[in-house]
Amino acid sequence: MKFVCYSHVCVVWVLWFPPKLQSHACVPLMYAEAMVLTAIRGELVVIPVEWSWLTLSRVLFSRQEVMKWNGWGYSDSRFLFNKKGQAEFTGRRYRLSGMVLPSLKDWFESTFGASLQHKSPATATLNASAVPFPSLNEAFLQDLKSTGIPFSHEAEDRVFRAHGHCLHEIFALREGKFGRVPDLVVWPNCHEDVVKTVDLACRHNVCLIPYGGGTSVSSALECPPDETRCIVSLDTSQMSRILWIDEKNLTAHVEAGIVGQDLERLLNESGYCTGHEPDSMEFSSLGGWVATRASGMKKNVYGNIEDLVVHIKMVCPRGVVEKSCQGPRVSIGPDIHHFIMGSEGTLGVVTEVTIKIRPMPEYQKYGSVVFPNFEQGVACLREVAKQRCAPASIRLMDNAQFQFGHALKPQVSSIFTSFLDGLKKFYITKFKGFDPHHLCVATLLFEGDRERVLQHEKQVYDIAAKFGGLAAGEDNGQRGYMLTFVIAYLRDLGMDYYVIGESFETSVPWDRVLDLCRNVKERIVRECRERGVQFPPLATCRVTQTYDAGACVYFYFAFNYRGLADPVNIYGRVEHAAREEILANGGSLSHHHGVGKLRKHWMPESISDVGIGMLKSVKEYVDPDNIFGSRNLL
Amino acid sequence: MASNTLYSPRDPALKKRDDFEDILEERRSSSDLRYALRCYVPVVYKGIAPCKPGVLKTAVLQSDRLRHVVAEMSKETGESADVIREEASGILEEMAHRLRLGTVRFFAYSLSKAFKALFQRVRVNEDGIQRLQQSIQEHPVVLLPSHRSYMDFLIMSYILYTYDLSLPVIAAGMDFLGMKIVGEMLRMSGAFFIRRSFGGDKLYWAVFSEYVKTMLRNGYAPIEFFLEGTRSRTCKSLTPKLGLLNIVMEPFFKGEVFDVSLVPISISYERVLEEALYARELLGVPKPKESTSGLLKARKILSEDYGSIHVYFGHPVSLRSLAQGRINRSQYNLLPRHIPRRPSQETQAFVNETAYRLVRLQEENMVLRPWVLVAALLLQNPDGVDMERLVEQTSWLRGLAVSFGAFLDWPDYVSASKAVASSLALHTGLVRTEGGRAQLAMEPKEPGSPEEDLFDRAASVLSCASYRNQILHVFLRPALLGMAMQMAEASRKDDIYSCFSFLRDVFSNEFILCPGGTVQDFDEACYMLTKCAAVHVQKQEVVATEKGQRILSFLTSLFQPFLKGYQVGPAPFLELVDYPRELTCYEALSSDVQKNALAALLRMKVVRKLKV
Repeated sequence: MKFVCYSHVCVVWVLWFPPKLQSHACVPLMYAEAMVLTAIRGELVVIPVEWSWLTLSRVLFSRQEVMKWNGWGYSDSRFLFNKKGQAEFTGRRYRLSGMVLPSLKDWFESTFGASLQHKSPATATLNASAVPFPSLNEAFLQDLKSTGIPFSHEAEDRVFRAHGHCLHEIFALREGKFGRVPDLVVWPNCHEDVVKTVDLACRHNVCLIPYGGGTSVSSALECPPDETRCIVSLDTSQMSRILWIDEKNLTAHVEAGIVGQDLERLLNESGYCTGHEPDSMEFSSLGGWVATRASGMKKNVYGNIEDLVVHIKMVCPRGVVEKSCQGPRVSIGPDIHHFIMGSEGTLGVVTEVTIKIRPMPEYQKYGSVVFPNFEQGVACLREVAKQRCAPASIRLMDNAQFQFGHALKPQVSSIFTSFLDGLKKFYITKFKGFDPHHLCVATLLFEGDRERVLQHEKQVYDIAAKFGGLAAGEDNGQRGYMLTFVIAYLRDLGMDYYVIGESFETSVPWDRVLDLCRNVKERIVRECRERGVQFPPLATCRVTQTYDAGACVYFYFAFNYRGLADPVNIYGRVEHAAREEILANGGSLSHHHGVGKLRKHWMPESISDVGIGMLKSVKEYVDPDNIFGSRNLL
Repeated sequence: MASNTLYSPRDPALKKRDDFEDILEERRSSSDLRYALRCYVPVVYKGIAPCKPGVLKTAVLQSDRLRHVVAEMSKETGESADVIREEASGILEEMAHRLRLGTVRFFAYSLSKAFKALFQRVRVNEDGIQRLQQSIQEHPVVLLPSHRSYMDFLIMSYILYTYDLSLPVIAAGMDFLGMKIVGEMLRMSGAFFIRRSFGGDKLYWAVFSEYVKTMLRNGYAPIEFFLEGTRSRTCKSLTPKLGLLNIVMEPFFKGEVFDVSLVPISISYERVLEEALYARELLGVPKPKESTSGLLKARKILSEDYGSIHVYFGHPVSLRSLAQGRINRSQYNLLPRHIPRRPSQETQAFVNETAYRLVRLQEENMVLRPWVLVAALLLQNPDGVDMERLVEQTSWLRGLAVSFGAFLDWPDYVSASKAVASSLALHTGLVRTEGGRAQLAMEPKEPGSPEEDLFDRAASVLSCASYRNQILHVFLRPALLGMAMQMAEASRKDDIYSCFSFLRDVFSNEFILCPGGTVQDFDEACYMLTKCAAVHVQKQEVVATEKGQRILSFLTSLFQPFLKGYQVGPAPFLELVDYPRELTCYEALSSDVQKNALAALLRMKVVRKLKV
């Protein structure tokens, strides 16, 4: 056991375990608890509460101890069907945790034709002997040791960083199959460490793949199978400090490895926030956001990542790239930030970012509106965008997704609530004449000072009323947002019962939103049928962001794969077809997920051959030896 | 010639077709009135409520497309937008249908009476109806019947009403509006009227296309129009017109609908109502103007027997599947969709090819009566033929036609002699049987001037030819190959191919030959002739076999009239060709052949059009 002292804003003790010990290492039970108990080799060690999960993560080097190795999120949080056949969400982290969801089972069985009798469980533990043996570059390793930067070539560490969360990646893990995985994982601790690592990689011709939160859904983290060089996964998780906060200019300078929830919590402690909340914010990192052009749910108030960053520092094989000032807007040629943002790890590692911060909002309010049909809902969102009065977040779920959200309603505690629910339902369907199979719901989130929020709320509800929308309460709104945080957990549940699925997104001009949604859903249904899927698939969408000139549309697609020999392949073909349909209907290749390797097939037609040439020439200059060899994008 | 397409011909004789049901049978045994007044609840597209004609008009007038065109025209002409909008509204008023169930019921009643008087049977493939019903619920449907008679669209609506399917809205020529009351009644039974030509009229085009597209997009009703554009006077399919097909495809290209089902429908008449009129028209007597009084005068036809009608609803063709890999729909991404623009070349080529394909599908499912075979044989023997020989030849031809995929309505239990006899009986006006010989009725009943005699003779040949023409599509490709082999005077495959290609080019105004399909057609012809052992196709050569002589000579003489017609027809325009004093080929007198020949010569730049 090694103790290292860091001089830093907040001083922490860092424990360094030899990699061998990591698997039995500490398991923090609840980071928000008053005390965190950690068991090391049977000994109980009491760690003071100021050591948040964040600091522990720095202690641990890896989050894999608290996270699933073959599924989404925290190990303690998962959906399961209990002995009574009722769905339950375990753990204590979420609002839904520990609750029973009585209608989920019916929804699940009737939507997918699935049955609790037919299970398709995952391999329980990682079989380290099935992981390919690392092929190490000894010279690189020697030099790396002399720098003192921690590293590991343990199977668990490498497998954990060999994938994102695409369906095929998770499916393979559940079956205990491993393709090409990184040969080595390094944990640089700061910008200088990254410079050293990249330098060594260049010197010894080693392939580097930066790893942030590991939440990619574009196959961006997949190692190219034919890469013969040693592949090193550069894990930025140790670079997670807020280096300074500038209250005069409302900016913060942050290391790029910090994950979203930590960034928000730490800033909150000083009374600030970034307001950048992608659905993956629990796990995704600042550097990852920059590298993929991320978008947050509250972008209407705070902006997308490109609006939020003021300054970026990136380490490339050619050197370090950054701007020399923090001017809020500049006219100094094409913006070099735009080479960095969306480069998806092909040019270098983002190490530090100056990001805008805002005082925390005084007041938050959820809301929801029911529309008689999706068309009216879209028309309303369009009007809201036109009047530029969108709340922090406004999302429109289609009917299938509304029903999905409904299936996640926890057991109601009193007869009175269930009576009220029934009354509401009666009012909407019978009194107002909404067809329960057509109605759809918009969820809203308002932020700001109390008076303004209430005023804003009224304005939006007034617009909604013009399109037949009825206010449907805060609760429905909040549940809608919860769905996005638990959906990935739900996928794991589905996979236990022969159901596979995924989400994908696009952005599209307003006039094409309806056509695109309808055609893509229909294409999915048709492709599934033609490819022999035995059960009708779930194909549902929501409009998640509004812009002046268009909207972002998010699709969920899942089906029951019983009776199929190669479900993942079929899944991939259907998703491919769906993407073609999106492009044919005027949608973009991606709004915020990025291209990775999954979608790079369409890059030339998306940005023209000359566009590809431009990107290639940048890559050639910045990284002539393809050190950052993830082969994303191009 | 490189035949590197992956095309593999399927045996046309194995084509599976549905059975027919006679819909008049029930009409003959139950009340027409009750039938006309029965409860009519058709299935509709995605459960959409049918739209009132008035609402439809408003939707069209307020569409982005029309607003755009109006604004543009107002800018160009300086006319105020209101005036132009008023004009658009007027066009729409003139065009739009006013479908009313009451009128439909009236037609259901009176047509029941008329059909029973005119026809023995109206036979429909019910499987096709089932498929159509399915399609109507899934996607917007476009009905594409063949066009041989004015009866076509009446028959169509009648059948759809009978089977409780949504009534179509039908694109009809403006000529019908000339008929008082009747025109308006057609309008109230779902017809909408378009001018025959409006080339330069931007506003008209905008109103018209937006009107059709609005109906299609919303799926209010199936849209019906005739690909051939007009009635075929010769009973051969006509080169398809592309305007309306372009319009109904656009909503799919632009992503406004998921798919469009195109349903080819083949309506075959044992005897066409307009039979005599057509022959006269082809010889230059102008078409009588559509008028109500004309219609009333024509009621004498009610006393004649017109045999049966076969209506075959083909498999709905998914436009989406056709366009797969052919049309890049993202080409429409960069222009607001309501701004009209010319379709790209690839789109035009695709629409053209699809149109040909659909017409071929119509041809394939045309039911052919034995009489068609008899007519073909009689025309080859203008001096008459022994009955015995005729029966033998008909029987032989039947075998050949079936092996080439003809859809013959000739059940196995009917012997050749019986079939020939009953064919001759139904067409006594065209054939004379005397002393065991059958001959075309060429001799005028009462001798007149030489011109009149010639006219009468030509008219009866052309009438007979219109029956033979019905089967030409079956033999077309092998016959072109046969003629090419004759022309090439050698057996080298390349030579024969180039002759084939030339002939195909020459005749592409005459027959349904899709531009660009030469290789495929050649392969198909080789396949079919090899299958019946008429030729032997080797790597480099195509050789006729001993057995094949009969088939090849039949095929070449079947198309001889056209070859002759093309040599003679445009003679007045060509000084180089010696105009034969002695005219033996009456078919060369057909204005249709002359028109097509001239068009071919113009297209091939043999002649040039000069304005006089």
